Amino acid sequence: MPDSTYLDATELVLNMGPQHPSTHGVLRVILKLDGEKVIGTECVIGYLHRGVEKIGENRTYAQFAPYVDRMDYVAAVSNGLGYCLAVEKLLGVEVPPRAQAVRVILTELNRIASHLIWLGTHALDVGAITPLFYTMREREEILKIYEKYCGARLTTHAFRIGGLQYELYEGFEQEVRAFCDMFLPKVDEYEELLTGNRIWIARLKNVGVLTAEDCKAYGVTGPMLRASGVKWDLRKAQPYSGYEQYDFQIPTGVNGDSYDRYLVRMEEMRQSVRIIRQALDGLPGGAILGKVPKVIKPPVGEVYVSIEAPKGELGYYLVSDGSTQPYRVRVRPPSFVNLQALDKMCRGALVADVVVIIGTIDIVLGEVDR
Amino acid sequence: MADQKPEGKPQPAPKAPAAMAAVAWEDDLTRALREEFGDRITEFASYLGQKFLVAKPEAVVPILEYLKLEADFDYLVDVTAVDFPGRPERFELVYIVYSFARNERIRIKTRIGEGARPASAVAVHPTANWLEREVFDMFGIPFEGHPDLRRILLPEDWTGHPLRKDASILAADPRWVKEHLGLEAEP
Repeated sequence: MPDSTYLDATELVLNMGPQHPSTHGVLRVILKLDGEKVIGTECVIGYLHRGVEKIGENRTYAQFAPYVDRMDYVAAVSNGLGYCLAVEKLLGVEVPPRAQAVRVILTELNRIASHLIWLGTHALDVGAITPLFYTMREREEILKIYEKYCGARLTTHAFRIGGLQYELYEGFEQEVRAFCDMFLPKVDEYEELLTGNRIWIARLKNVGVLTAEDCKAYGVTGPMLRASGVKWDLRKAQPYSGYEQYDFQIPTGVNGDSYDRYLVRMEEMRQSVRIIRQALDGLPGGAILGKVPKVIKPPVGEVYVSIEAPKGELGYYLVSDGSTQPYRVRVRPPSFVNLQALDKMCRGALVADVVVIIGTIDIVLGEVDR
Repeated sequence: MADQKPEGKPQPAPKAPAAMAAVAWEDDLTRALREEFGDRITEFASYLGQKFLVAKPEAVVPILEYLKLEADFDYLVDVTAVDFPGRPERFELVYIVYSFARNERIRIKTRIGEGARPASAVAVHPTANWLEREVFDMFGIPFEGHPDLRRILLPEDWTGHPLRKDASILAADPRWVKEHLGLEAEP
């Protein structure tokens, strides 16, 4: 018998993942434990690295567009919007108002779909199975709309550089309106299941706290930043694609814990419905594609364009050398940067809280690893 | 040169301008920075309304610190690099900072050669930790004073830096592939 076993030791190193259901993909976290308490974590990422940035340098601007959908694959439409906006800025192309409004509608639907996946899986991690079935049911309606619009459900490639490829199908407006009418009471239903639920509150309140200063120091953006009380949303701060025309609120939290992040995301879904309804009300007619040259060859230059993706600031830094292929494509992924705060949030928490904290960051490993 | 437009009939392959058509950037912030850093900042410019400055490598971290403390640029958005193998200083390091108070974003660029060790910005912006690790992983640029400079996306025992321009998109590390996957990779 050895003198001491691992159980006697004060420090225990525990491996979690990459094959673990609550890490939402292939995230590996090495936990350093003192009993049940976490005293340090280390993320091991890259299992899903596909070299998206290198691929971008070896494709033309238009050829690369479908690849960006494969980063954050639960919010593919947002990825596509960010990329198209960056290339359009580099080219100096104007996007017609109709295309801008349709982009807003599809992107906000995507925000709802992304938040629904987050809500369902997060609740599942905490032990509530029912919300997952409910959120998947509502998300299905959004995916059906995508499928009817462009033929794809997840990696949609819904937009083209300069606007849209497809005109809206017959009945799109009615279907989206019907979804909005159906969806708002559903959000109340989720809240009824969770907001006042004692287990939910006990597991989320004061877990994974980040102050506003922490968020800025770690570059944390999106709902996590807003839950810490910073009223900052790129849709308001630096509007793109006509967001300045819409009236909507930026929900914020107070405590910066997992519970406030939950409340912020719930309210964001309601605000998205508001935006979609306004965009449908004022949907302009006209062209759906701007004046895009046959061969996309931006002048020598560089541009950084970012949008408010469901997970935070998604940025594209493009460098053009005047040829048909980007000289450099850099993606600033919100999940990757937000995940870096995991260690800060986990220190002092319990092992069971780590699962909650991974869930509350809302990562997609396809985007973390690219 | 940069503003020439091909007129009339389509001409054979209109020459693209060789340099970015950036315009000068001048305001209170550039004056303050010039006063503080003098000729360590070599260029203030803006392209398509996006402001950037070019600085000497050793001035980058002091500039980031100055911007954070004196001008509210408290959010480091991104750190990345671009490889220009033809230039004497082949790498261009790009730092993007944002100010919540000003709602303004600027880029700080610097040029470094092969083997240079730029200073790490982690002490000023903790978020630079993973971002600099990614630059190290993809370009092989080592950051001096980084607390944990290891590869982040590729395996730790991988050799080569894929985002360098001389790395082919098909290039793998044959030894790694053989050892871990049991496959023969084309070198």
